[in-house]
Amino acid sequence: MTQLDLAPASPARKRDWRPRIARHATLAALIALVAFNFAFTNHFASLQTLYVNLTQVATIVIVGVGMTLVIATGGIDLSVGSLMAISGALAPIIFLGKIAPIGEIHLAVGVAMIVAVLVAGAFGWFNGWLITRFRIQPIIATLVLFIAGRGIAQVSTNGNLQPFKVPAFQWIGLGRWLGAPVQVVIMLVLVVAAMWALKSSLFGRQILAIGGNERAARLSGVPVASVKRWVYCISGLCSGIAGLVVIAINSSSDANLVGMGMELDAIAAVAVGGTLLSGGRATIWGTLLGALIIQLVRYTLLANGVPDDVAKLVKAGLIVAAVWLQGRGRT
Amino acid sequence: MIDATAPLLSMRAINKAFGGIPALSEASLEVGQAEVHALIGQNGAGKSTMIKILTGYVARDSGEIAFDGSAFEARSPQDAQAKGISTIYQEINLVPYRSVTENICLGRESRRFGLLDWSAMHAEARALLSRFQVDIDVRRPLMRFSTATQQMVTIARAIGFKARLVIMDEPTSSLDEREVKVLFDVIRQLKTSGVSVIFVSHKLDELYAVCDRVTIMRDGRTVRVADMKDVNKVELVASMLGRDIAQVAKSATAFGGRASHIGDVVLEATRLNAGHKVHDVSFSVRKGEIVGFAGLLGSGRTETVRLVFGADPLRSGGFAIDGKAFAPREPIDAIARGVGFASEDRKLEGIIPDMSVAENLTLALLPQLTRAGVVDATKQRAVVENFIRSLGIKCASPDQPIRELSGGNQQKVLLARWLAMSPALLLLDEPTRGIDVGAKAEIQRIIKQLAEDGLGVLMISSELEEVIEGSDRVFVLREGRNVAELSHDQASEAAVMSAMAHGETEAALGERAP
Amino acid sequence: MRKSSLISFLSSQGVLIALAALILFGWLRYDHFLGLFNISTVLRYNSMFALVALGMCFVIMTGGIDLSVGATAALGSVVSALLSPYGIIAGTLGGVGAGLIIGLLNALIIVRLRILPFITTLATMLAANGGALLLAQDQSVSVSYESGFTDIGQGDIANLPVPALIAGAVYIVGSVVLNFTGAGRTVLAIGGNEDASRLMGLPVDRVKFLTYVVSGCLSGMAGVILASQFGAGQPIEGVGWELFAIASVVVGGTLLTGGLGSVGSTLAGVMLLGLIFNILNFENGRGFISLSAYWQSVIRGAFLLIVVILQSRLTDRADREEAT
Repeated sequence: MTQLDLAPASPARKRDWRPRIARHATLAALIALVAFNFAFTNHFASLQTLYVNLTQVATIVIVGVGMTLVIATGGIDLSVGSLMAISGALAPIIFLGKIAPIGEIHLAVGVAMIVAVLVAGAFGWFNGWLITRFRIQPIIATLVLFIAGRGIAQVSTNGNLQPFKVPAFQWIGLGRWLGAPVQVVIMLVLVVAAMWALKSSLFGRQILAIGGNERAARLSGVPVASVKRWVYCISGLCSGIAGLVVIAINSSSDANLVGMGMELDAIAAVAVGGTLLSGGRATIWGTLLGALIIQLVRYTLLANGVPDDVAKLVKAGLIVAAVWLQGRGRT
Repeated sequence: MIDATAPLLSMRAINKAFGGIPALSEASLEVGQAEVHALIGQNGAGKSTMIKILTGYVARDSGEIAFDGSAFEARSPQDAQAKGISTIYQEINLVPYRSVTENICLGRESRRFGLLDWSAMHAEARALLSRFQVDIDVRRPLMRFSTATQQMVTIARAIGFKARLVIMDEPTSSLDEREVKVLFDVIRQLKTSGVSVIFVSHKLDELYAVCDRVTIMRDGRTVRVADMKDVNKVELVASMLGRDIAQVAKSATAFGGRASHIGDVVLEATRLNAGHKVHDVSFSVRKGEIVGFAGLLGSGRTETVRLVFGADPLRSGGFAIDGKAFAPREPIDAIARGVGFASEDRKLEGIIPDMSVAENLTLALLPQLTRAGVVDATKQRAVVENFIRSLGIKCASPDQPIRELSGGNQQKVLLARWLAMSPALLLLDEPTRGIDVGAKAEIQRIIKQLAEDGLGVLMISSELEEVIEGSDRVFVLREGRNVAELSHDQASEAAVMSAMAHGETEAALGERAP
Repeated sequence: MRKSSLISFLSSQGVLIALAALILFGWLRYDHFLGLFNISTVLRYNSMFALVALGMCFVIMTGGIDLSVGATAALGSVVSALLSPYGIIAGTLGGVGAGLIIGLLNALIIVRLRILPFITTLATMLAANGGALLLAQDQSVSVSYESGFTDIGQGDIANLPVPALIAGAVYIVGSVVLNFTGAGRTVLAIGGNEDASRLMGLPVDRVKFLTYVVSGCLSGMAGVILASQFGAGQPIEGVGWELFAIASVVVGGTLLTGGLGSVGSTLAGVMLLGLIFNILNFENGRGFISLSAYWQSVIRGAFLLIVVILQSRLTDRADREEAT
């Protein structure tokens, strides 16, 4: 049967060099950026600089891991910022004893962290449930929590700042483990775990199958609904962790601000990193590189005297350029 | 003065290569004035490429095209349409949510004071459709109408755009017998009003009903051009395949000479009802048996089979596998009971295009290859290599992306997906569709072997020879109902076609004849 | 057939029914709800969102999305505020012009470079945000009161707020364009089946280009109204506007996948979501409960949720009924 391929023919020559470059472009760009900074930026080659950059990137990558998995199934999660706000609002409420005082501070902190992250995960699961039970599009389903989630966080704190000084908790944002900032360690653990899962675990392969062709996956016995719910739950858990890190660094929790704009940063990192927005192909490593590139560009500009607003413009152009170069964001 | 004998369309010495691989070599096509011209050939013969070049999808590398007396160059389908060449595609390429009127008139709207004149457009749409005896409410969305009606809308659009040449690509694939007759009447009407038609089809019988001349392509070349009355079907096939006529005339499929060892009933389906497409259907499949489902498109075969697999919800009725009740709510339930299903649309529901041959092959088996959540890569590899060998899957390596394989090899991978599960029952929907003749025979041989090994096979096929030669029993479905059950001996071409058309077997009809 | 006609009627008129119910509720429960002052205030305030939602509606109908509308409005507000000393015309043209530029950027990248609308408008949102902050030097830009620029946002004509009149006029034009021009019908065709639209010879690229440009201009205009209504161009305002717009469009019944929708229902969606804020204020005013403004996001989110679930159930049932 003749089936006319409906995609308008694109010139074959253009396709040839792009994927080849694209595959290594992200890493190459990162190396180029680092090299540039070594050469031209003062004080770049210091541990301090490395820590500063890694720290700023850590929260984005933590969220980005969950986002990559969600996007790999062909979906999207706009609620990550709001879920960060919720976990960031809930944790201090618990460890500051506002619900019920817990005597031992380490216990209080432990309970607070676990509960906060689990609640974020539960909301994530709710997203997954909306998407699978009612077949609502992910962008709309997660839009609900984007709108309402921050409101929930604000309502529970009445918009008030929750300042605190609890070293037992703030270790997650300010502490060091084996010399590296704790959140960077968390980030690396999540990245490695996710990379491995996507490559070698049943769950990971099922995620990619769903994103590649959901109908075929279902007809091959992949438990599509269940995998999707878990993926959104994982995204929620990642957001929960990121929320804790952010408030720990700031020594306070402001439900109005925690996680603001995070969904865009995470999606940008994922896109620049090379994961297809349509699903089916995902690279966690790419998300890490993507976040680093975006961060490094901003840092390079700021360190060389370019105002932050212009840096935003450059970031925007960078995203478009990166996606175009990969030829994958194309319709 | 138009030279009445000059051809309407002349494509000469067309060459086209994609990435170094030639798709067309000195191909040619000539269509006369007011002529219905058949264009046939295997998949990969070059017909699609010729049409894409003609309609402006791709640019030719070299060659000349003359249309209506002057040199012709289409930069896009829009351009081709404006110059008088319209195409009716196999899938309805219109906008389903929009009204019939819009689908006919958009791009050529009537205006009054700068704004759209709806009443004029509705009237025009109605007038165009009435030429085909189609009388519908043109204001309603296109998707509310049957595929046949939608196709008429496509043709009405082409006429509205003053097409001089209409290209029809497999136009009858979704039509029943009555609708095919209406379509042929329309084609004859077009011819009378001076419009030429290029008719692309693999249903050779239809060509004789309505075409004047035929161009046969093979391997990117035009191998034969003739008047329809001067060639017979066997000669057509022989030219398409480049094979000896005697060879072709002998046997149409690779199912011949099967040793059937039929055992107990593996699947019993009783009075299935679902949606609008399945009414009161009952059938059974035994071990070692190939049961064929025959019927026209739209007869409900696919819908019925999907019910068995748990892919769609059942309203009433039941199944039993090996005598035990079976009520699958999701494909995963059916798979657990040893059922496999290969969908008719590989691209839509079969392959995961970015994944490798190995991944696609083991997709259903994956849970069994997993321990503590981790996939055992060595076991996976072993399974894959085993099937690549036994089914003769041609691929560069098991890690090659499956979308790079030919249709036939993709189908083998999909079959292997289920064979790896050691199923008791295999449901195959159009297993040889869109596959060239050589691979077709291989797949038919594989299916034959499976049945001989004791598997129960339920095969849906729209190719009569396949159903007739391959099945131990044939169930004929018509409009969602099971209208006939024929044994291998009873299932002659006449009997099956009669059941498909009339809803009863010829024998039964004969009894009732006055 | 009768049952599915009822269902399709409900799903298309549902938002109007809900809006009517909400208005009825407000009228019965609160004094002055339907008073001139409240109506005028609500209309004035929501006009900006209405404009943004209309642009978004057209974009969504083609199957695309425009996440940059909020930042574009902010940029428009800054530019118009900066130009306000030179008069109403200058200020307005400036704001709309800024929106036009962002719209052009979107159109070029999406149509020419063929990059997905989601990513493209994400990037232009960043760019517009950066641009707004740059021009405003990180602070609000006061509007000039002498030039009459504030009349746009704060003035009335025949007791009706000027912004509402502007929005109303734009919606009428939008409705005419959608229903009575080839371009409008093409918008719906593209969303319904873009490939088929191309094959049908419709000017798909040109129309898509236009929708993004128009969306940018409308957002710019919304920025003009923002600046003149509140007396200052605000570079960080506009956050979340795009999602409010998407919610309005979806609540109104337009399919996010495109191909089906109407201008009027989008307006109803805007009014519906806007009224929730208004009702919340009234409820607080009664003094029985004190719901902070934060509750409005929760309620809006819940509303969106209910509507979306209902829509999905209705379309499911309609699909099953229509299956031939």
